[in-house]
Amino acid sequence: MSNDAIDAVFEAGDPAFIPYLVAGDPDYESSLAYVEALDRGGADIIELGLPFSEPIAEGSTIQDAIVRSLEAGMTPERFFDFVGDLDVEAPLVCMTYYNLVYQYGQQRGPRDFVERAASAGISGLVIPDLPAEEADPLRAACDEHDLDLVFIVAPTTEGERLTRMMDRVSGYVYVQARLGTTGARDDVSDQTDESLARLADWDVPKAVGFGIKTGEHAERIVSAGADGIIVGSALVDIVAAGAANDEPIEAVADRLESKARELTDGAVRGLTSAPDADT
Amino acid sequence: MSSHTDGKFGAYGGQYVPEALMPAIEELRDAYERYVLDNEDGFMDEFRKRLADFGGRPTPLQRADQLSDRYDTEVYLKREDLLHGGAHKLNNALGQVLLAKYMGKERIIAETGAGQHGTATAMAAAHLDMPCEIFMGSTDINRQRPNVFRMRLNGAAVNPVTTGRGTLKEAISETMRDWATNVEDTHYVIGSIVGPDPFPRMVRDFQSVIGEEAREQIREQTGQLPDSVVACAGGGSNTMGAFDAFREDEAVDLIAVEAGGSSLDVDEETGVAPNSATLSTGEEGVLHGARTKLLQDSDGQIMESHSVSAGLDYAGVGPELAHLVDSGRVQAANVDDEVALEAFHRLSQREGIIPALESAHAFGYLDENPDAVGDVTVLNLSGRGDKDLETVIEETEQRDLDVDVDMSVFAEAER
Ligand SMILES: Cc1ncc(COP(=O)(O)O)c(C=O)c1O
Repeated sequence: MSNDAIDAVFEAGDPAFIPYLVAGDPDYESSLAYVEALDRGGADIIELGLPFSEPIAEGSTIQDAIVRSLEAGMTPERFFDFVGDLDVEAPLVCMTYYNLVYQYGQQRGPRDFVERAASAGISGLVIPDLPAEEADPLRAACDEHDLDLVFIVAPTTEGERLTRMMDRVSGYVYVQARLGTTGARDDVSDQTDESLARLADWDVPKAVGFGIKTGEHAERIVSAGADGIIVGSALVDIVAAGAANDEPIEAVADRLESKARELTDGAVRGLTSAPDADT
Repeated sequence: MSSHTDGKFGAYGGQYVPEALMPAIEELRDAYERYVLDNEDGFMDEFRKRLADFGGRPTPLQRADQLSDRYDTEVYLKREDLLHGGAHKLNNALGQVLLAKYMGKERIIAETGAGQHGTATAMAAAHLDMPCEIFMGSTDINRQRPNVFRMRLNGAAVNPVTTGRGTLKEAISETMRDWATNVEDTHYVIGSIVGPDPFPRMVRDFQSVIGEEAREQIREQTGQLPDSVVACAGGGSNTMGAFDAFREDEAVDLIAVEAGGSSLDVDEETGVAPNSATLSTGEEGVLHGARTKLLQDSDGQIMESHSVSAGLDYAGVGPELAHLVDSGRVQAANVDDEVALEAFHRLSQREGIIPALESAHAFGYLDENPDAVGDVTVLNLSGRGDKDLETVIEETEQRDLDVDVDMSVFAEAER
């Protein structure tokens, strides 16, 4: 029903640092180096974006990254090659949109994609345009291949919808820190605390994302009770700046690694002041 | 009205949207069922009254004398071009803005392609005193300038969308992003029978007044039902609006005419389909909240569509229409840019009606297939062409059409 590698991350007890990058941004080789830099910087799980042409949940930072990756030739097939070429310890979660999952392989429907993802070494999936209501075929395929299916809990999710989602989620829930699309922000939203409170009774790890940018944000969110933090746009910003200025791969990779350290350290600091800290 | 309470049309439809939007969509479904289907608080009565007083309904059904002679068939025009704003779009926009009001929403957003839906929404929002923002692709802003003026004059903000090719597909994505951010006080007035449930059935129900009137009118005028109803199809709202009342009249052929653009071939390399013939050439997939037919490459990436008519330039189509084509109740056809342009000129010259380029596709079909429409046909003239004048003059000059419009008068006047 769930993926052992991801379970192990949360069983270890430390807050999980979960970075996100778009695979192939700005090109295949650089992107391999960037993802590996995040792994060295302390990533516990890595979310890899498989770019889709209509990313309706994404803000401008990640939209631009998706365009760069697609223009450099990323496809679902190359994505699986990319996963195979990566040398990382952290388990990988693929984040993409449902049409790519649905079209992959010989027959329409999610099964071929899930089978291929599992054989490539992917541990879980997040599909932002697939609500729990439409997710049963994908859930079944994931069960067959021991992949986690992560759902996003929005600030607007409550009541029956929350139950329906919790019945289907595995691995962790992605707690959306605020309404809107992805994108780094300068503050941390109160909506996060409310969402975490609503989820308190559910026995599944809670990773908070959407807008986290600094070590301080990470600290604040872990101290509010999160089991992990998901950081995307703040890292994609570094990749974007590197691409815009034509910087050497190593320089950008170093900056990603130290940003990853800042975020990991922040998250660990947050643990000591967390509500259920028993130390 | 037929009801598909689960929001599915065969395998099509559904609700494929980010979680943040799901509660809003459930709230909308509830409001749709109460106010529209059950006329709670007299919603439908107010809607119909405003459509009459503000919109000018009913619109006429007019016999097109010269076209009837030319094709040796009784050709009737459903004159949605005479609806306030100049297109069928107001039926839906007024319905949704009014519904938003009943729901206590405080802000209206909408996407637009040709600018007709944006214009209709801006008018409805001004009429009902709601603030309104329109998202429009940058390519479309440039080719539909008159409608940009109109939206601004009605007090709506117009936000350019510069991603992708800057057409309808990108505008819809961007409007969904705004909605996901401001969902608590904002209603998204979607412009066609696309998107997650309940939009496809709700927009159809607001538009079905077209066919309801036409069915009455044709019986009054000819004593019979037509042999066919022909309408252009982008997302398909004027199409389903015209067809819905004839759905059970099995002897009436329903023909949806899409944009064949410059060619039906696709270029997988560049991801471009130089047409918008989704019903004829598309494959099943998931886009903008629904499972439907799409123009997509073999990986599932959405293609850039193309049509000379901005309002048909979309890589998807309404899920209900896709289903009715699969089931055989609706026939899908398409005509290319040139045929549509020629039809535009023909209607302008022969009937004294300048049609929207979108609607011109339905007339292009008649010209190419005069024998396929039977003895009596109703064509939905979904809108008027004032917005298209610049495009038409430019596109006509670039081509060797059967029609020739000489605009040298401007040069002469300068002398
Ligand atoms: C006059 C007119 N007809 C048709 C359309 C196509 O939309 P639909 O297929 O939803 O009727 C448009 C879209 O802008 C339009 O302006």
